[in-house]
Amino acid sequence: MAFIRVTSPHAHTANTTQDMMRWVILATLPGLVALTHFFGWGSIINVFISCLTAMACEALILSLRKRPILFYLKDYSALVTGILLGLALPPYAPWWLVVIGSASAIILAKQLYGGLGYNPFNPAMVGYVILLISFPVEMTSWAIPNTLFSDGQTLPSLGAALQSVFLGNSAGIDGYTGATPLDLFKTQQGLLVEQINAAEPLFSLASFAGAGWEWVNVAFLAGGLFLLYKRAFTWHAPVSMLLALSVMTFLFYGGGNSESGGSIMLHLFSGGTMLGAFFIITDPVSSAVSNKGRIIYGAGIGILVYIIRVWGNYPDAIAFAVLLMNFAAPFIDYYTLPRTYGHNKSSRATRGRDS
Amino acid sequence: MNTTIDTVENPENEATAQEAQATSGVDYNEITKNGLWSNNPALVQLLGLCPLLAVSGSVVNAIGLGLATLLVLIGSNIVVSLIRNVVGDAVKLPVFVIVIASFTTCTELLMRAYTFELYQILGIFIPLIVTNCAILGRADAFACKNKVLPSAIDGFMMGLGFLLVLVCIGAIREVFGAGTLFADMQLLFGEGARSWQLNVLGDNYPGFLVAILPPGAFLVAGFLIAFKNMIDNYNEKRRLAAQPKNIVKGAKRVRTTGTIS
Repeated sequence: MAFIRVTSPHAHTANTTQDMMRWVILATLPGLVALTHFFGWGSIINVFISCLTAMACEALILSLRKRPILFYLKDYSALVTGILLGLALPPYAPWWLVVIGSASAIILAKQLYGGLGYNPFNPAMVGYVILLISFPVEMTSWAIPNTLFSDGQTLPSLGAALQSVFLGNSAGIDGYTGATPLDLFKTQQGLLVEQINAAEPLFSLASFAGAGWEWVNVAFLAGGLFLLYKRAFTWHAPVSMLLALSVMTFLFYGGGNSESGGSIMLHLFSGGTMLGAFFIITDPVSSAVSNKGRIIYGAGIGILVYIIRVWGNYPDAIAFAVLLMNFAAPFIDYYTLPRTYGHNKSSRATRGRDS
Repeated sequence: MNTTIDTVENPENEATAQEAQATSGVDYNEITKNGLWSNNPALVQLLGLCPLLAVSGSVVNAIGLGLATLLVLIGSNIVVSLIRNVVGDAVKLPVFVIVIASFTTCTELLMRAYTFELYQILGIFIPLIVTNCAILGRADAFACKNKVLPSAIDGFMMGLGFLLVLVCIGAIREVFGAGTLFADMQLLFGEGARSWQLNVLGDNYPGFLVAILPPGAFLVAGFLIAFKNMIDNYNEKRRLAAQPKNIVKGAKRVRTTGTIS
């Protein structure tokens, strides 16, 4: 009787980029559903426009670069970039905003560097940052969650949403924009945390963080845990980021005084924290490579997020923090090379002149 | 002792002799081509990037700084060429920097006199022309080895190449960033130029701030460099295709071991 001798890993089939991206797309669904539940059709329209633009730009640049188009489109990486950008943008953003963001993400941040695997920065976050510094007004007008609606007020209909997005006719939407929890917290100067929580319906109607936003973040957390279960990525970067953010929040909470940076729950479940922690910083291309490196990389992002949120000019900071740490990823890799089994210590990442 | 000095100095003498030969038959076409295209200070040497990226937000800024750099470059090249035989190697660079600084100060005073508003807009970047490596680079690489006229031409062509790239970047950034072209030209050309402004992208263009900010400058400069390389590659391909292929007869083998020399 002959045994088939195969060395480890004993996987049935190799993991393909395509499968991985499909899992990621599936895992964003709870978040998209939650966003739609609280903010209406805006996010779905965003994701739709963003994906179409991303795929079209990817195909265009691939054909200019004389690469096989279908082969690269079918790895779904452009689609994932489109979805992540669409989820990060404010609902009911004008269509040209989404198109510019998605096109710069794919063309500038991904294809100019050589396509999937060569991009030093996370494409979706580059697109987001370009939009944020170019169109601050459009990028900061978020919808209010339906938890805060007065009696009889309902989410805008699909027709009104489409009109606002494509024709700029925002009459049906105007009553629905408001500050995000992080915006609110940042602009309330000189009040105790308790006072802010009592005075603002966004906090007083919430269960533990900010109305609506908390459940959006819980949904992204659920999607992220699913990906962790499917082993799409290791726990190191997200856990280290959330931990670093919590530690920073704990250190600078200051007992809820008027200089406080906000509670741990507020920071963990507001803005793009969970979307960033599980879908953005786990990007295998632009993050650090080794496990130790990913812990440092995630912690760096967590600390930067807190610093920019509390002492910076922008209410949310996932995109800036991720881009800054993307810069640092090669440097982190240099110092965190894993030890090879059987060796006492790791060798250096790049060979020096003397060796 | 003498012999060692001789052996050290001999190659230098030969080099200067060769240069003297070369300068006697200076190819002005070559200088022009180098300055404007094949050795362009902004696109090929990548020198003077700081002013190039910082003040190219609009055409008028670009022309203002480009002209100032052009003046300094011509002046410094002429003077450096004049004093090239009396300045020793040890003090060469400090002397060049002083010459460049003097011309920069002249230009600064001129701009303060005639284009005061533009002088205020460009601000620190006018004194910073002293540190523009393109100018020191030309002084060291060309002017201190050539006669006055070729040096002056080289300064003019290099400055013109720098100015043209600056204006290109300025125009692209102005169109994308603000939707206009040739806005505020009265700062440089008098009141009559106020009406030169073109609203290229319509009157209601919301503006694309990233083009005005420093990242936009890097992006546009990168695209221009890529575009220049594309044209060069295309020309090179055509040149090679036009050349008759010389086929080497005889057996050939692929070397698989050892270092390839």
